[in-house]
Amino acid sequence: MTALRQTWQVYLRGMRVFARQPAYLGMTLFQPIIWLLLFGALFKAVTHIPGFRGSYINFLTPGVVVMLAVFSAGWTGMGFIEDINGGVMDRMLSSPVWRGALNAGTVAYGAFMIAIQTTVIVLLALVLGADFKGGVGGVVLLIFVASLLGAAFASLSNGVAVLARQRETLIGAVTFVQLPLTFLSAALMQGSLLPGWIRTVSKFNPVNWAVEAGRSAAMEKIDWGLVASRIGLLTALAFVCALFATRAFAKYQRSL
Amino acid sequence: MEAAIEASELRKTYPPAVTALDGLSLAVEAGTIFALLGPNGAGKSTTVRVLSTLTTPDSGSARVAGIDVLSDPVRVRRAIGVVGQKHGSDPEATGRENLVLGGEFYGITGRELRRRVSESLERFGLEDAADRAAKTYSGGMQRRLDIAMGLLHRPQVLFLDEPTTGLDPEARAGMWREIERLASQELMTILLTTHYMDEADKLASQLAIVDRGRIVAAGTPDGLKSDLKGDAIQIELAEAGDAGAHLALARIDEVDEVTLEGRTLRARAQDGGAAIPAVLAALEAIGVQATSVTVSRPSLDEVYLRHAGRAFHEGETGYEEVAA
Repeated sequence: MTALRQTWQVYLRGMRVFARQPAYLGMTLFQPIIWLLLFGALFKAVTHIPGFRGSYINFLTPGVVVMLAVFSAGWTGMGFIEDINGGVMDRMLSSPVWRGALNAGTVAYGAFMIAIQTTVIVLLALVLGADFKGGVGGVVLLIFVASLLGAAFASLSNGVAVLARQRETLIGAVTFVQLPLTFLSAALMQGSLLPGWIRTVSKFNPVNWAVEAGRSAAMEKIDWGLVASRIGLLTALAFVCALFATRAFAKYQRSL
Repeated sequence: MEAAIEASELRKTYPPAVTALDGLSLAVEAGTIFALLGPNGAGKSTTVRVLSTLTTPDSGSARVAGIDVLSDPVRVRRAIGVVGQKHGSDPEATGRENLVLGGEFYGITGRELRRRVSESLERFGLEDAADRAAKTYSGGMQRRLDIAMGLLHRPQVLFLDEPTTGLDPEARAGMWREIERLASQELMTILLTTHYMDEADKLASQLAIVDRGRIVAAGTPDGLKSDLKGDAIQIELAEAGDAGAHLALARIDEVDEVTLEGRTLRARAQDGGAAIPAVLAALEAIGVQATSVTVSRPSLDEVYLRHAGRAFHEGETGYEEVAA
């Protein structure tokens, strides 16, 4: 009970920052909007490749939504680095607060932001002519899956931030994983058209789990078995990452 | 009287080879103000971090409010308040929001939390600024908010790590009054660290001088000063003195530790004022003229010099002096 309360309070702390500077949301949307427009135009011709099914905007939208989640969640740990530099972290850690709440609260805030961001992207895709065969339910599942993947990456980002304590290290780590994870998935290219080795690697790539589940739910005739199994995998990953981030505080304290 | 804080043989080394604590032991009586005095880098902040469970020592043990910091850190955290060197408040949040979030971390909720928050805003003169972001606060207000956050859960023991560093003289005097009030009216045990001699002298009933991770001297401020055996006497001569002047003084029973440096004669006496007539008479007898004589009580600077083997400011390990 106390753990939930404290998680909620940490979440509210993030929400207050957002409420005071809602314009920040617009800035974070700039990049995914460019992706949607640019990739949409750039890769239009891939629909002519034999074996590609449907329109590219239909195909691309879930990919961009998931990419957005990965890129957005990666920066979650920046908040902790500021807390460390400002003395806020030491203050929090000298209190009896449940360490899990410090992570879970910021992750919940990050997931909430991703849900809002992806909603905007989905609406933009609708304007661009995407037809979501999965209906509203499918879109909600897509956004949920993206947020779940984002939650896992937000925890990872928090853990790395607390261990490294430096902006530069976090920026390096995040940019190092973002693009490879995206390109080793079916985010921008149909799975059956990926080179064999990438297809093999993508089976173990959480970004691909989210892309497959989200695309199936929102854009195609939903494959419940696939969606449920990918959500299961992503949930497990989110837990493992949260555990890592929570443990990181103890490591940080030992080094003080 | 029972000890509210006890530390025994604390050691901590930071990789690769920085020894922060080198067998530090101390005991603080409940309800008193205890000052850890020393230059930056001496190990004061590390001591506070260990005692407040923020970090663990490599070896040694400590109990705070009767609870072992190593085996039961969570209970220690409930019993203590910590005000660090850096501001612990979220600069983007308001004073009130900072206090509420802090209170929740200690499990204080609902109406009780709201009541305590408004009480403490009032007590620390932050009512008008309560709903402004903490980053807009002045240095003194910011520090008062830090202390308010440290006290919200009514701790038995309060740690203040350099509470007045960077404050202007007025804010500093206000902080001193508040610290004295906490100890005298609320019977709180306070451990504060400082590199200001006057601060330790004024506030602490007991103090310990820390140097290179060890306590080199401990006691009451007056006790430490009187260990120096009396007052310092300084005599300026009309012209450079010679061995004769030195000898004349050294022959006086009440006076010892005579040194001569150019025109300045220095000596110590149990009671400086009482020794002056004999000193002047001895100088006159050999025809040496004094232009001025000063007697001063020993200062903590001299205590530090004696125990650390070097002047206080030579012990600094690279930091900016903030005008006091």
